[in-house]
Amino acid sequence: MTLSLAEWEAIRLSLLIGLAAVAWILPLGIAVAWWLARHDFRGKSLVDGLIHLPLVLPPVVVGYLLLVALGRQGVVGQWLYATLDVLLPFTWQGAAIASGVMAFPLLVRALRLSLEAVDPKLEAAASTLGASRWRIFATITLPLAVPGLLTGTVLAFARALSEFGATITFASNIPGETRTLPLALYTLIQTPGQESAAARLCLIAIVIALLSLVASEWLARRTRQRLQERDGY
Amino acid sequence: MAIKPELPTNPSSLSLSVDQRLGNFHLQTELVLPACGVTGIFGTSGSGKTSLLRLIAGLEYPDSGVIQLGEQVLLDTRRRICVPAHKRRIGVVFQEARLFPHYRVRGNLTYGMPAHAAARFDEIVELLGITALLKRMPGTLSGGEARRVAIGRALLSGPQLLLMDEPLTGLDGARKEELLRFIARLTKQVEIPVIYISHDPEEISAIADHLVLMKEGSIQASDHLGTLLQRFDLTYALGGFDAASILEGTVVNHDSKYNLTRIALDATHQLTVPGTSAPIDSHLRVRIPVRDIALSLAATKGTSYRNQLTAIIDDMTTLPETPHTVELRLQVGNFHLRARLTRKSRDEMGLYIGKEVTALIRSVSFNSI
Repeated sequence: MTLSLAEWEAIRLSLLIGLAAVAWILPLGIAVAWWLARHDFRGKSLVDGLIHLPLVLPPVVVGYLLLVALGRQGVVGQWLYATLDVLLPFTWQGAAIASGVMAFPLLVRALRLSLEAVDPKLEAAASTLGASRWRIFATITLPLAVPGLLTGTVLAFARALSEFGATITFASNIPGETRTLPLALYTLIQTPGQESAAARLCLIAIVIALLSLVASEWLARRTRQRLQERDGY
Repeated sequence: MAIKPELPTNPSSLSLSVDQRLGNFHLQTELVLPACGVTGIFGTSGSGKTSLLRLIAGLEYPDSGVIQLGEQVLLDTRRRICVPAHKRRIGVVFQEARLFPHYRVRGNLTYGMPAHAAARFDEIVELLGITALLKRMPGTLSGGEARRVAIGRALLSGPQLLLMDEPLTGLDGARKEELLRFIARLTKQVEIPVIYISHDPEEISAIADHLVLMKEGSIQASDHLGTLLQRFDLTYALGGFDAASILEGTVVNHDSKYNLTRIALDATHQLTVPGTSAPIDSHLRVRIPVRDIALSLAATKGTSYRNQLTAIIDDMTTLPETPHTVELRLQVGNFHLRARLTRKSRDEMGLYIGKEVTALIRSVSFNSI
């Protein structure tokens, strides 16, 4: 079966937006997860709750809040438009932001569990060996949390790929700009006489989902193997 | 073969005066330690040994206090000076080896190694006997191997002071003995002052030159090991040491026929001990438990005691804990021996301070060095 232009467009956009979303939440997610894993402060549970909000809120609400914040009339959006001439709604960058926000809690959760499992005693040992905080993080903490980093990234990518509600609310459903696979599928379902096209897109979505599952499995196995090889004499 | 540190060791000492409250526990110590040789810190668990170590290493900060290593102020809460752990150049060997599981042994050893210490890598690895382990991952090492790597890692970080927190915990008898012997040799060869924490009298008496006695967060006593062991008032605090006297001696000769070794304690006093493999002229630390010394009014022939030393009774007291016995300190040449008699024996023998007696030594044990 050959893919139509519209189908290629939807796949390309989905992957682009998924990767962009992961790219911007990854550094932020690592910082937040590390902060939550290693520090105790007043209001920690509040911060934790805020981060997890997109998991439990209807995605449309998140999209609406993004509009309120980053829309042309929005609190931050106004400033972005006036000074940097940046307009986020109705752009693929906007879609990347919306799906990133939705994927963020999944990344932080997985990463935080992994970081908490890293023994602080190893970090203390590293500091007595002259390693600064940064060096300890880069050479001890993060490498030991790689399994969680992988899981979190794959989960976040899958979540961003399949994001619908927040994206359509904030970035709308513009062909070639923000119409990702789920949005294209939704559009086809809404259109009478497009049942077979919808079925094709559905199949594509399943294939992509399966491929990313296989890829993550392969990645996890490879890391495990590498660790075992290093354990060899 | 002495391994010289890159910077000359600071001739002055480690001094600290700290105050720290942790729940019900109150650590309050003032202490000056020599900046050479091995200082043992002895106390039961919960006496604050490890807390003290963490303060020195900079892994924790006291509520108030001053910590100074030579001229260098590591911490002064009043002047708001606080050197972070990674800038203190204080190596730590923890109770657990704490090797980094994702680095090979070589990677662990070089983790904190400054460029100028690289030249000593081969030397230290060989000294530790871990050359064959360099490519292994920490997960594949035995307990003793992991400890040795941890010691090497701390040494290679170029420390100006080395802290060891019960580095033999959890090792079985033979491994423990071997590593203890090794650490004792190491502390003689590496010219870095060592602070060695332990609750095991055997370890402390094998390697410490100076002893700090801790109890409930404060310092009970701090002095040369031999001197502390002669103090009557610490007999029960140092109960595990068997009130043993620790003497330093030099190997004079070996008698292969009877498998005996003669050790000179000074120019005029010698001991005959079970044969050792230590070479002639080498230094040995000898331990004589108080229960292995008997007293006689005159030198006697026809006893099985091989070692008889003429001594003067230097001091004598009865401790409230054991009203039936008398603790004695004997002066032999310019060193001291502890002895213990029943009060009845003392009266029957007519002993008094200043009286000359003969000390009969039943057995001598070595502290492996």
